[in-house]
Amino acid sequence: MKDMSSPPVIEAKGIGLIFQTDDGPVEALKDISLAIGRGEFVSFIGPSGCGKTTFLRAIAALEHPTSGTLTVNGMSPEEARRSRAYGYVFQAAGLYPWRTIAGNVQLPLEIMGFSRAERAERVRKVLDLVDLGGFGKKFPWQLSGGMQQRASIARALAFDADILLMDEPFGALDEIVRDRLNEELLKLWNETGKTIGFVTHSIPEAVYLSTKIVVMSPRPGRIADVIESPLPRERPLDIRDSPEFLEIAHRVREGLRAGHAYD
Amino acid sequence: MIGAWGALGFWVLATLANVWLAKRFSHNRLVQLFIPALFGVTLLVLWEGIVRGLNVSPVILPPPSMIGARIASSLPMLWTDFNQTILKGALSGYLMGCGAAVAVAVAVDRSPFLQRGLLPVGNFVAALPIVGIAPILVMWFGFDWQSKAAVVVVMVFFPVLVNMVAGLKATDALQRDQMATWSASYWQGLVKLRLPAAMPFLFNGLKIATTLALIGAIVAEFFGSPTRGMGFRISTAVGQLDLPLVWAEIAVAALAGSAFYGLVALIEKGVTFWHPSQRGRA
Repeated sequence: MKDMSSPPVIEAKGIGLIFQTDDGPVEALKDISLAIGRGEFVSFIGPSGCGKTTFLRAIAALEHPTSGTLTVNGMSPEEARRSRAYGYVFQAAGLYPWRTIAGNVQLPLEIMGFSRAERAERVRKVLDLVDLGGFGKKFPWQLSGGMQQRASIARALAFDADILLMDEPFGALDEIVRDRLNEELLKLWNETGKTIGFVTHSIPEAVYLSTKIVVMSPRPGRIADVIESPLPRERPLDIRDSPEFLEIAHRVREGLRAGHAYD
Repeated sequence: MIGAWGALGFWVLATLANVWLAKRFSHNRLVQLFIPALFGVTLLVLWEGIVRGLNVSPVILPPPSMIGARIASSLPMLWTDFNQTILKGALSGYLMGCGAAVAVAVAVDRSPFLQRGLLPVGNFVAALPIVGIAPILVMWFGFDWQSKAAVVVVMVFFPVLVNMVAGLKATDALQRDQMATWSASYWQGLVKLRLPAAMPFLFNGLKIATTLALIGAIVAEFFGSPTRGMGFRISTAVGQLDLPLVWAEIAVAALAGSAFYGLVALIEKGVTFWHPSQRGRA
């Protein structure tokens, strides 16, 4: 599904981003250049303050680079947003407690002006996709954290954007739930062929999920290494014990060390 | 004296009965209602017995039976007063004041200019003493209920405004970012996210405002009113030493105030069922 001949979906050229704070300017991103092709699963990994989240937010037009050029589907991030190019999954599920799960999932559809019938159809489809078929009428506070995060993924999928941006979506969940959601995410990616940008703190998670791993380092936030994964698209959980997997994990760790991430 | 001792005896017996009931049948729904009811009856019996037994003058404290008889004999008058003060004065002022406060809160929230300009003015108006503002408003809007509604508007406006402004700020950055990623307009964000999120705050203000509205409507009648209304009746009945009538009006005001508060609390429960303070209290 990865197609190198077509133009990149997301392309960054020499991105820099400087925040003006009370303690003076802070260089959050420096000289980030990266191309992400259609159908790729790209993880951004690095310690706190390396700018991985900032870069993802810049792709979503939630932050604005102060230098360089950034295009999404050949458009500016703002234009891409208006053309519903991406769904964004945040660290917390952020579901509205006064809406049912189905009501939450259809919220972006209401905002984008889908018809009532189409909303119901899409909600049913994406809830099935994340295995929440019978839970549409429940309220978020009646579900576990893992189920809430699945619902928030369903919400990001509901309007069928080609790009899915995920900012440590499983960071707050325990390891067992996280493993299962990782597996489901890979399945979903295989079924839908979406391009996914995924921010994480976890080396095994990054290696397990990605076709491309972007290792970042802090102060200023920059790319330390970009690793193209040789792992196949079909990945059972026990692939994590294979020598290839461990080799990539080792290289990620080396990249983090070289970027002084452990300082 | 016998009446007073009898009342004390009844009190002791009723308390023992309540303790026994609470121990034996605490999960029975009927008993749960009966225990506070018996406690209320005990208070009335105690009041009646002591006032009669010690020959307290009705001007100081009339016995509840006398107040009850006064209520029963003047129902049409009490209804006229209730209609004039609560329904026309307090309720219409409450609706106008709270509605205006919510609208201004949305405007204040949208514009930092208004926030700096209007909030201090609202604060200033709220700090004006009601006994000063009421006669002025009576001059402006006449003796009838309109001036009472105006006093109520002044009284309820600020607490509701402050709560609503706080409520509109109650969303976090993540929720606003979400709205941004869906390219939601200002109004969509307001209707779908920020108004629902503000409801628990708004209802705090609305509940405080219920009692303020009653106080405002009754007190404003002291400064001029047609020959009806609860405040008018209380001030003239005091002049005639007709204290049972004063107590009758107080009883009606207390019942109306509790019912008003209860109604708003009931609506709150329906609207903010999702809030942690309301969950599981169905």
